[in-house]
Amino acid sequence: MIHSFIGNLGQLSVIIAFVSALVASFAFYKSVVVDDLQKPGWMSYAQGAFYVHAVAVLSVIFCLYYIVYNHYFEYHYAWSHSSRQLPVYYMISSFWEGQEGSFLLWIFWNVVLGTVVLNTNRLWKGSVMSIFALVQAFLASMILGVVIFNIKIGSTPFILLRDAMMDAPVFQLNPDFIPKDGNGLNALLQNYWMVIHPPTLFLGFATTLVPFAYCIAGLWTGKLSDWIRPALPWALFSAMVLGIGILMGAYWAYETLNFGGYWNWDPVENAVYVPWLVLVASYHTMITYRNSNTALKTSIILVVATFILILYSTFLTRSGILGESSVHSFTDLGLSGQLLILLLVFTFLSIAIIVRRWKSIPTSKKEVSTYSREFWIFIGATTLCLMGFQVLLATSFPVYNSILNGLGFESNMALPVDQVSYYSKFQLWFGVALAILSGTGQFFWWRKMDPKKLKEIIMGPILLTLVLSAFIMWVTDVSYLPYIVILTAGIYSVVANTKILLSLKKGNWHLSGGSIAHIGIAMMLIGIMYSSGYSKVVSLNKSGLLISREVDEEFNLENLILFLNEPRQMDKYALVYQGRNVEVRGVSGYVPVEVLSPTNDPYHWIAAEDVIRNGKVVKAQGDTLEISPENIYFKINYEQENGKGFDLYPRIQVNASMGQVASPDIKRDIAKDLYTHLSYAPYMTEEETREWTHTDSLNIQIGDNFYINDYVAKLNDVNRVHELRGVPLEDDDIAVMATITVDAGTEQYLLEPIFLIRDQRAARIPDVANDLGVRVAFSKINPETDSFEFDIYTTQKDFVILKAIEKPFINILWSGTLLVIIGYFIAIRRRYCDFVESRDK
Amino acid sequence: MKKSHILGIVVIAIAIGIIMSTAGDASSYVTFGKAMEMASTGDDNKIHVVGTLKKATDGTVTGIESAENKLSFSFTMVDADFREQQVYFAEPMPVDFLRSEQVVVIGAYQQELFVADKILLKCPSKYQEHEISISS
Repeated sequence: MIHSFIGNLGQLSVIIAFVSALVASFAFYKSVVVDDLQKPGWMSYAQGAFYVHAVAVLSVIFCLYYIVYNHYFEYHYAWSHSSRQLPVYYMISSFWEGQEGSFLLWIFWNVVLGTVVLNTNRLWKGSVMSIFALVQAFLASMILGVVIFNIKIGSTPFILLRDAMMDAPVFQLNPDFIPKDGNGLNALLQNYWMVIHPPTLFLGFATTLVPFAYCIAGLWTGKLSDWIRPALPWALFSAMVLGIGILMGAYWAYETLNFGGYWNWDPVENAVYVPWLVLVASYHTMITYRNSNTALKTSIILVVATFILILYSTFLTRSGILGESSVHSFTDLGLSGQLLILLLVFTFLSIAIIVRRWKSIPTSKKEVSTYSREFWIFIGATTLCLMGFQVLLATSFPVYNSILNGLGFESNMALPVDQVSYYSKFQLWFGVALAILSGTGQFFWWRKMDPKKLKEIIMGPILLTLVLSAFIMWVTDVSYLPYIVILTAGIYSVVANTKILLSLKKGNWHLSGGSIAHIGIAMMLIGIMYSSGYSKVVSLNKSGLLISREVDEEFNLENLILFLNEPRQMDKYALVYQGRNVEVRGVSGYVPVEVLSPTNDPYHWIAAEDVIRNGKVVKAQGDTLEISPENIYFKINYEQENGKGFDLYPRIQVNASMGQVASPDIKRDIAKDLYTHLSYAPYMTEEETREWTHTDSLNIQIGDNFYINDYVAKLNDVNRVHELRGVPLEDDDIAVMATITVDAGTEQYLLEPIFLIRDQRAARIPDVANDLGVRVAFSKINPETDSFEFDIYTTQKDFVILKAIEKPFINILWSGTLLVIIGYFIAIRRRYCDFVESRDK
Repeated sequence: MKKSHILGIVVIAIAIGIIMSTAGDASSYVTFGKAMEMASTGDDNKIHVVGTLKKATDGTVTGIESAENKLSFSFTMVDADFREQQVYFAEPMPVDFLRSEQVVVIGAYQQELFVADKILLKCPSKYQEHEISISS
């Protein structure tokens, strides 16, 4: 039965949300422009409309969640993003896997923020909320899914599967067909980061609207500079949340996604990085304005630019224009037209309103002194914008191509081949500039400065920096000139900001946000320099094996091949690949596949042996275990020369929609991370099954010696058994197990093939020695000669190809990010108190 | 001259520098014929070529030569002009390589051989949205 009520309710809520946002926007607008007598009427009407909107949005979310939670696979959204296997927290994540759900998430955060603004700022709410509600109307239109005059507006999450796939033959046979299960959340995204990263990132997206709305509202109502005070804490908050969102993405990429590191300069990453840079620049100039009435025009332009860039990045990642150039853009839902309209409407509205007010925006006449903080901040903001410009320029290549091709020119620009070097050659030097500026600029915060005083105050930090850097360079062996510069600049910023921090009087800790955040940024710069600049491939193939003959250049092969249980030396480690493992629900760590017997149900396997953790049997032989069959973990044992060792479990996932995806495993030390991932493992798909070659048939008696693959083997015994690897036999079954030992030099292997008679038919349950690539099947019992027949099969041994990279001092990067966040908290608190103080005056 | 003017000039100069450097680093999508032409004129910039793997009449991929240690391989690729080209890649064969319906190689010619630094694959999704089976 199709549950149409819940979908209709959801669809109705979407329409109400859209209409009420439009109504609220108009009513808030009216509440600003009408005369004072009518204001309260319009205001309460507008507020009512906004709360209707809020309730409607919550109702949309409830309906969609209800559909996902109850597995109503007649709905396209549930079918394509969820499945019965998913635990609840991933059901929530499946919510924002699709475009519609992620728009919904954004809309939800806007509702939350709008409610906060409504209730914290009486003076501004009319004008600010008018802009807020207009943006909401645009966003709600993206999930509207209504067709007007043959134009489809938005894509609704409440579409039925049969309407989404009208051509599918199933629905022509039976329109009421409901799939039994959904496609599930992409296995690669089944990770706790998927639960927290998107909400954080979208909260970051949503918060950029608040300073923008204040700014536009200020320009509109003629309060050309008052908007800065309430907008500033929001801008800081937005920068913090967006920054955390970006870093979570970076950490997720580093830990799981195997994009080769924490930052890949993927267009989708860049699309968030650029607005963040401009946002950071904008609150710096806003702070300048708060302190000295300069840089108001710059602040306005930067605040507006941040929001426009957010819209632009939404357009880039959701319109399908990035196409091949990105690994993780959304699928195209045919929303590009609507997204473009959203972008253009707000761009032109903002430009129009800025141009109209430009002449009347107050500017300070006097030339800014080089010895003022304003000057240094302005240079810093300019640097941030140039950083953004460089990234944006290349990220927009696909846009140039489609504009030029649309105009009839031929354009086939492709992203720079070596993206890392293209971006970092500018970004790193800008980073150095920022470190120096943030170190020096801080000295101008506190007192009037002139050349003489500056010299006095800066000498100490510079000397200390030089001594410290020289020492660190000597210890960590840094000799490449650019890295020396980066390191010195970073240390200078740390030293200078620490000096400022220490000079703060007691009780003034609320002023420390800036210095702490700047120390964090400098540490990030140092951490990036070490972990990327000195990242070293340790899995170098030194065997001098075959290199293609046609190529005369010497290739540096960066991968190692490891055969099962054959040790191999890599750098200072002896490596052994020790087999495949899976994760079992309710059991910590990993369980080797050899101790499990597969069943017909891929998600439930049976324990062939007891599974023991900390001396306790956590799963007994014969228990049914819940596993995720798509994730295989390859146990790699590392042995150091001092005898100490550890195991890493890099993963390969057979992903339904993305093919095979490798995830690394990381050995974390304080001073460095050892990052290991697999480049290749055989036999991962059904098409690529193991081929067994039948090499021998033997007819032997108990006690006989024979050869398997040149190893000496012996048939020790043949016994009747009453269970099959943990599974009890059925009543009429007869099972006989042979015990064969194989002597492979250093190790002995035990093989126990079984001969089974069930329903008067003979069956063989062979046993495999994976290390030897040998399989033995018990084929026949000959009672008359007292002998037994065995068939021997051999195959290629299991192996993996692995790559290992050492990343030194990456922890400096992560601890730097923590400091930045702490700094933000302190600064937000200070600016918010400032706003509250002035509001309540 | 005012300081703000100097600053403006510096910013514009840096911006121009960025644009020049971007234009210089930008790669392009070309065919093997064009790439060969570029290489013969001494232009050793890395380029993008889009194409497919060479397939025999029965649909199996042909022209794959794996190094003995499996750590590198070469394959035959057919570009948009149906020109065939042997491409060498100094990494293990990417998983799903043989299933790919489109390949983008990024690299340059070294004599007759195209050496790829990077391979991008487009694979058919197992869950094609319009393929829904009753059993699902």
